[in-house]
Amino acid sequence: MNLVLRLAWRNLWRQPRRTWLTTGAMVFSNTLLVFMISLQFGMYGLMINNTLQAYTGHLQIQAPGYIDDQKMRQTVADILPLAERLRAEFPEQSIAARATGFALVSSADRSYGVAVVGVEPGYESRVSTLPGLVSSGRFLEDNDAAEIVIGAALARILRVDVGDELTLLGSGKDGSFAAAVVIIAGIFDSGLPDFDRSFTEIPLGLFDDVFYMNGSGHHVVINNGGISGVADLKTRVEATVPPGEELVVHDWDALQPGLQQTIKADISSAFFMYGILVILVAFSVLNTQLMSVLERTHEFGIVMSLGLTPGRLGRLVLLETAIMGFMGLVLGAILGGLVTWWLSFNGFAYPGMEEMASRFNLPARFYPEVTLISLLSGPVVVFLFTLLAALYPALRLHKLHPVEAMRAV
Amino acid sequence: MTAVRCVDLCKTYRQGEEDIKALDHVSIEIEEGGFVCLSAPSGGGKTTLLNAIGGLDKPDSGEVYVAERRIDNLSKGELAELRLRQIGFVFQAFNLIPVLTARENVEFVMQVQGVPAAERGQKALEILEEVGLKGLEDRRPADMSGGQQQRVAVARAIVSRPALVLADEPTANLDSKTSDGLMELFRELNDHHSTTFVIATHDKRVMSYAKRIVRMLDGRIVEDISQDAV
Repeated sequence: MNLVLRLAWRNLWRQPRRTWLTTGAMVFSNTLLVFMISLQFGMYGLMINNTLQAYTGHLQIQAPGYIDDQKMRQTVADILPLAERLRAEFPEQSIAARATGFALVSSADRSYGVAVVGVEPGYESRVSTLPGLVSSGRFLEDNDAAEIVIGAALARILRVDVGDELTLLGSGKDGSFAAAVVIIAGIFDSGLPDFDRSFTEIPLGLFDDVFYMNGSGHHVVINNGGISGVADLKTRVEATVPPGEELVVHDWDALQPGLQQTIKADISSAFFMYGILVILVAFSVLNTQLMSVLERTHEFGIVMSLGLTPGRLGRLVLLETAIMGFMGLVLGAILGGLVTWWLSFNGFAYPGMEEMASRFNLPARFYPEVTLISLLSGPVVVFLFTLLAALYPALRLHKLHPVEAMRAV
Repeated sequence: MTAVRCVDLCKTYRQGEEDIKALDHVSIEIEEGGFVCLSAPSGGGKTTLLNAIGGLDKPDSGEVYVAERRIDNLSKGELAELRLRQIGFVFQAFNLIPVLTARENVEFVMQVQGVPAAERGQKALEILEEVGLKGLEDRRPADMSGGQQQRVAVARAIVSRPALVLADEPTANLDSKTSDGLMELFRELNDHHSTTFVIATHDKRVMSYAKRIVRMLDGRIVEDISQDAV
């Protein structure tokens, strides 16, 4: 081992308890950072996928302008053939066509305004979790059947149940009067009362007839299975859109801008907390190294009188800190990595957080996601900040005068 | 050739309300290969003069030359380089690095000088043998006697064969037998390698080894006795 490295290493163990305490603080913060960052990114992944898989999908093909102003006449023509072509072109992805309208839905006693979405019964379950949320009855089966699925809250408002009749009254694509009588095939319960109150689905064939769509729809949903590779898929889908047809492909970021903003806001607040943690560790290192330098003032005076420059001594102090920081980095990353890795298989739950989790489309159990970035980013930042903290004691050595230093006890 | 030349050095320290003249117009010239003892009672100015010669402290006025080069106006970095390459220091309190072994203490300065690892390892062993510490190379200072530690300090000071060795009360913490051994070693190095020694002491036994004794009192040179007179 290099002599300077050996000296730095042995200097650290002059006060083993102090070195272990400082290293322990680094290991603790690094373990915590690895776990928290892994958990955070795991949750973001879940949040994004759960939100997108609930309804939006990773990509949607729409008419230009529909995303900003969802008018019924802004349609995608021949939507079913387009969906079929895309399914043939992208067999790995789940693809379904939809049309959206609004109607007054009435039972024998009561009426309520709702969104009515026409879906392909055979494909909707691949792009949306809603069919799986049907708690009573069943999901839609026939593309032309006069049936509907409604939310549990709406069923309570209208005082209806599976098998009851509802009347839909709305405006068609051409502005004409749209009306239909449908049977309740199923009732879903998403746990989100607002959604359950205002959202209904009917078969796309029925929607086409009732709202005079003439084969058009409002969007084709593409579910990629995960957010990685969405940008590439978008490019490929754009190339598939028939030339001459004015259609646009939106990715999930454009479709759900709030999602990205929520994540960014969460990252900002989390990183503020991480920053405080890192600064606390840096102060602990600063304290340790300042004490270490002060204790060795006499010794530094001696070696300066032998011809060592303050710069060399400062580098020695930085090397000692780097060794300590590296120990903290390695031990923290290993410990944090092991704990997080175990939890990534077994998961864990916050007691009493189930309701909050469901509001953010999160499951009751969380599974952190260990990646190289989540494993190393926190510990590397701690390492850099410890070096930064050691700069002050290292630079103080430049003020040291050999004769005065040698007088120090 | 002149190893050391000081011209009209003055240095005043402030102690409380009082100004203490540590050096009061001191001029001295030491030839290469000299073996000079600076003798003075405590506070007489010998350590201050030694520090000025070694570039550890700057005089308030006057000039200091080491190997014909003026050093009192050099920068901190230049002075450090001068001490590293041309001057060896031996202190009263051995001042070894406690976490390094005897051999590593000797090697440390050579490492800073940029001596290759194999060469400095070899040199360290040789010099430790020369100062009578063969077999103790891997001991740490805490496991050595005061005399042995001082020998390591001497080995560290002379391993790079500096032209000038400055020693401040080198025998103050040693018994008489060990002191004699150390002084004989100094004389041997002086005789065989023409290393110039300037030793600050008030130990008569040390002075008996000197070729020249310079007595100081209250920051002034009051007597300068050559070898013959000694």
